[in-house]
Amino acid sequence: MAKVLVVTSGKGGVGKTTTTAALGAALAQRGDKVAVVDFDVGLRNLDLVMGAERRVVFDLINVVQGVAKLPQALIKDKRLENLWLLPASQTRDKDALTEEGVGKVIDDLRSRFDWVICDSPAGIERGASMAMRFADEAVIVTNPEVSSVRDSDRIIGMLDSKTVRAEKGERVEKHILITRYDPSRAARGEMLTIEDILEILATPLLGIIPESQDVLRASNVGTPVTLSNADGAPARAYIDAARRLCGETVAMQVPTERKGFMDRLLRRRAA
Amino acid sequence: MEAAAKVQRQMVRLRGRSYVAFVFVPTVPIQDWLLEIDTTIARSPGFFAGRPVVLDLSSVDLSQSGIGHLLTSLQDRNIRVLGIEGVDEGRLTAMMPPLLSGGRSCVIEPTAPKKPEAKAETKPTSLLLETPVRSGQTVIFPEGDVTILGSVGSGAEVVAGGSIHIYGALRGRAMAGVNGHTSARIYCQKIEAELLAIDGFYQTADDIDAALRGKPAQAWLQGNTMRITALN
Repeated sequence: MAKVLVVTSGKGGVGKTTTTAALGAALAQRGDKVAVVDFDVGLRNLDLVMGAERRVVFDLINVVQGVAKLPQALIKDKRLENLWLLPASQTRDKDALTEEGVGKVIDDLRSRFDWVICDSPAGIERGASMAMRFADEAVIVTNPEVSSVRDSDRIIGMLDSKTVRAEKGERVEKHILITRYDPSRAARGEMLTIEDILEILATPLLGIIPESQDVLRASNVGTPVTLSNADGAPARAYIDAARRLCGETVAMQVPTERKGFMDRLLRRRAA
Repeated sequence: MEAAAKVQRQMVRLRGRSYVAFVFVPTVPIQDWLLEIDTTIARSPGFFAGRPVVLDLSSVDLSQSGIGHLLTSLQDRNIRVLGIEGVDEGRLTAMMPPLLSGGRSCVIEPTAPKKPEAKAETKPTSLLLETPVRSGQTVIFPEGDVTILGSVGSGAEVVAGGSIHIYGALRGRAMAGVNGHTSARIYCQKIEAELLAIDGFYQTADDIDAALRGKPAQAWLQGNTMRITALN
């Protein structure tokens, strides 16, 4: 039974595309057949993060408008057998997304894959509402800061009212993924705490991804972070989150500040 | 422990309100028409008491003194005319009621004048929400109280004709008693509100005493002042 998962946030720059690529790769590594779909028409990024930008021929809009068939537009990942990308168009805008067309594409993807992961654009307009429209589950990406949390709250409200499932009286299963969590800033009380975020959003937690250079490095080389440095803290956090999505119970790790030998040495010298 | 916010501001509030008026259409001869009025008053003496009355002169052709005479005759019967319709403005003096236009017809229920307090007695129904009110959502319920089993997010809005009860944190806006219900109150488990309003009197987050933030609190109107105090 295929699941359609939307990765959304409301606010931009919180890590939706990174999360889509990382979760997609982590799920594919488990053996599930995964399609990641870029809904950011006009400002596509997922192809870059997945390292597939040189192989884009047809895109989501071509399929929505019936110019190309779905198998023609899907790009197979070079590293993982089970991972596919449906890129967005860079030359069009979000108005090209029709509800009917998107619904057909999602239905087609459902019949071919175990997971369909929709990378939502920022905002609450057409692109974002089309990305969440047919979702069964949602990952709400949130940074530990008030603006991001309030935007996430807004998006949760939309997931509860504007999706096909909500309109049928069913529920979209929602998960909070906290990204760019900085343990040292958290220790100094400069960020919202995990408890504050969960209290405000009243939604279960899927995982906490620590702020890390690994993420930036992975995006730049066009590899999902779960593949580029699978032993790094962000990769492990994403892999755990993917396991939780599959229904496994995995203990939640709150990233803590880790001091190396040199750090301790230097601190003593400075003091 | 009681802590009250001190900031009080008085502001001008303009409100629209509509009233149902009786429209009198006098016919000639005026004397016979006045006799008709007298019989109605004899049958039910309080029938026109406290009721706004509008005079429609479109079916008679009266001079300025004729209109004046008619108004005095009505005044003698304790009928006070609110305005006049269907006549050239030049025939009215400054002392007469103003010329009206734009009235719409409606049905007058005969029992209404006998118990005008019935309006206040209509029982407010209530609205119960079991889910949080998220940022950007608006809950509007002019008919009565709103109860929310959850939080009201920052940027969300709850508008109620009666009181508002929130069994969670109030981080957005709550406006109670919007139809002029001054005894409405706002209760919440955790006050972090952006704005509280009761019957048009409001306080923003800045006006709310910092000592109350994050605590259970209630807001109510004391005369024209909004008071916010801790619960328990």
